[in-house]
Amino acid sequence: MATVKLVEIRKAFDATEIIKGVDLTIHDRELTVFVGPSGCGKSTLLRLIAGLEEITSGDLFIDGQRVNDVPPARRGLALVFQSYALYPHMNVEENMSFSLKIAGVDRDERKRIVLDAARILNLETYLDRKPKELSGGQRQRVAIGRAIVRNPRVFLFDEPLSNLDAALRVRMRLELTKLHHQLGATMIYVTHDQVEAMTMADRIVVLRAGVVEQVGTPMDLYHHPRNLFVAGFIGSPRMNFLEATVQQIGPTGAVLDLGQAGELHVPSFEHAPQGKKLTIGIRPEHLTLATPAQSSLSAQVQVVEHLGSESYVYVQAISGESLVLRVNGETTVRPDQEVHLNLNPSFLHFFDANGDAIPAKRLS
Amino acid sequence: MTASSIQPENDVSWRDTVAQSALRLPAIVSLFIWSIVPLLMTIWFSFRRYNLMEPERTGFDGVGNYRYLLSDPSLTSAIGNTVLLVCSVLVITIGLGTLLAVLYDQEFFGRGIARVLVLAPFFIMPTVSALLWKNMMMHPDYGFLAFLMRSVGLKPVDWFAVAPLTSIIIIVSWQWLPFAVLTLLTAVQSLDSERKEAARMDGANAFNIFRYILLPHLERAISATVMIETIFLLGIFAEIYVTTSGGPGFASTNLSFLIYRYALLEYDIGGASVAGLVAIVLANILAFFLMRSFARNLDV
Ligand SMILES: Nc1ncnc2c1ncn2[C@@H]1O[C@H](COP(=O)(O)OP(=O)(O)OP(=O)(O)O)[C@@H](O)[C@H]1O
Ligand SMILES: [Mg+2]
Repeated sequence: MATVKLVEIRKAFDATEIIKGVDLTIHDRELTVFVGPSGCGKSTLLRLIAGLEEITSGDLFIDGQRVNDVPPARRGLALVFQSYALYPHMNVEENMSFSLKIAGVDRDERKRIVLDAARILNLETYLDRKPKELSGGQRQRVAIGRAIVRNPRVFLFDEPLSNLDAALRVRMRLELTKLHHQLGATMIYVTHDQVEAMTMADRIVVLRAGVVEQVGTPMDLYHHPRNLFVAGFIGSPRMNFLEATVQQIGPTGAVLDLGQAGELHVPSFEHAPQGKKLTIGIRPEHLTLATPAQSSLSAQVQVVEHLGSESYVYVQAISGESLVLRVNGETTVRPDQEVHLNLNPSFLHFFDANGDAIPAKRLS
Repeated sequence: MTASSIQPENDVSWRDTVAQSALRLPAIVSLFIWSIVPLLMTIWFSFRRYNLMEPERTGFDGVGNYRYLLSDPSLTSAIGNTVLLVCSVLVITIGLGTLLAVLYDQEFFGRGIARVLVLAPFFIMPTVSALLWKNMMMHPDYGFLAFLMRSVGLKPVDWFAVAPLTSIIIIVSWQWLPFAVLTLLTAVQSLDSERKEAARMDGANAFNIFRYILLPHLERAISATVMIETIFLLGIFAEIYVTTSGGPGFASTNLSFLIYRYALLEYDIGGASVAGLVAIVLANILAFFLMRSFARNLDV
């Protein structure tokens, strides 16, 4: 049982406020991912939870106990650093058992605990090596091992995979998810990579400039982004956006004016007044190729990326927006070709001028 | 590339080797002359009767100089003094230097000025700093230490008479502390802050971090400092010359001062040469131990 609760947490360095009032509950045994662009305060938030930075205002509870003034080591958390921060003069075993040694655990017990952790991480054969004699992935595992050995209430990870190459990153991602299930532990994982967030998280927290933009399961965020920022941040390739104006509202739905790209009929759209400006969002997989008869939205193909199983077609719409389509891998579309695009009306997202999503229920 | 340079590879490399050797030769020869000739001359003189006061007595003396010097009690005391001086200064400067380096790594008001001040002694010439200590700090009548002792009702101490070697150790330590602080501070600052934080998360307190994280991190810097200091400390001369002149008796005479006494106070070049050779042997023994215990850290 381990929950973390943040109430109105703020952090200022000198006069600059970096974390601007975060309310958040991290549930027991869940893997929660903090995601957001570089500099948004993910690491700072994690370090506040860890106790490495002092909380300027607000309350932090772990298992219901207020821990603002509890020193890091006594919060029962373990942090895995981006740089691994292994102790270079100690071998793997000493690295992993350092916390136990400090805590006064006797030698045999230490050895047993370290061996258990090493077995989970497949590190048994490396126990005598110094960190510099290990590969990046092995160092990463030692850093995780150092956390496991402490049997913490909550694991904290700060971009632990960002120093690894692409293939290893995918493998470690999988191993971490497995480890999460195996240990049944509460974990907080920081990353700026939304793919990592989507694939690993039970729950994602999207941060921007020190503010929580949205909290939810990966699918929640994917299908119901609360605003333009989340819509654009989650999903790869990124969601397409088109400017539109409400032209006419009738019993069968609304007609939106897409400028040069023509008109778009959508199911009823009651509360939007005529003339209101909107942003339409549509995922690349919901934008499809069409015949000129089906769609007046024409576009010029710029680049086609073939990934094998699928292809990304980057186009410039006649109205000027750059759009991307996710299409079949066998597509025959070529650059400079003129295409027509079909927007599937049931998968559209609408955002008002402030960038807030217009809730789906109003779209019926 | 001209056609003539395209030749069988070993031929080219053979010509290259000759050309390179020819180019290297002047450097090697001059280095050889520079280091070997004085040594050979010292060895040559050490076997000869050569006293400037008795110019008519020349010729081979066999091992006479050696027998004379090695039976001279001043030699053992000079070796002892040299080792004591080097080791004490090393312990004091490295010990205090480490603590000061940790202190100066912290943020505190006036740190910039404090750093400049702690480095200042290093820029004072040995003769000057020795004079400073002799006349302004340790003088039994108007020295600052005497003033302090008088003001708490104690009888001032004539430092150079009572504890000559200790006084010199204090002066030399004062001079070399800045060097240790400088090298160690750079090393302290190079410690990755995440490593300290990881230790904090692991439950380490300030002392644990110092003992298990910082000290091992400083090992290389300490090794380098020890080696460099040793090289200079073996030859300490000016401080002794200015303050005690090696006395009282031989109480503060180290090897380099002993050589000076032989050569320029007793004009015994033969004896001085033997003492010089003893100094070389001692330096090599020290260097051997230093290398064994420290040098392995330098190529980690
Ligand atoms: N100790 C500090 N003093 C002053 N400003 C800081 C400090 N630490 C972080 N900041 C500022 O806080 C902001 C957030 O930093 P933080 O490291 O939390 O970003 P991040 O979301 O982890 O970014 P990244 O993905 O690049 O790691 C940055 O603008 C940074 O300049
Ligand atoms: Mg960060």
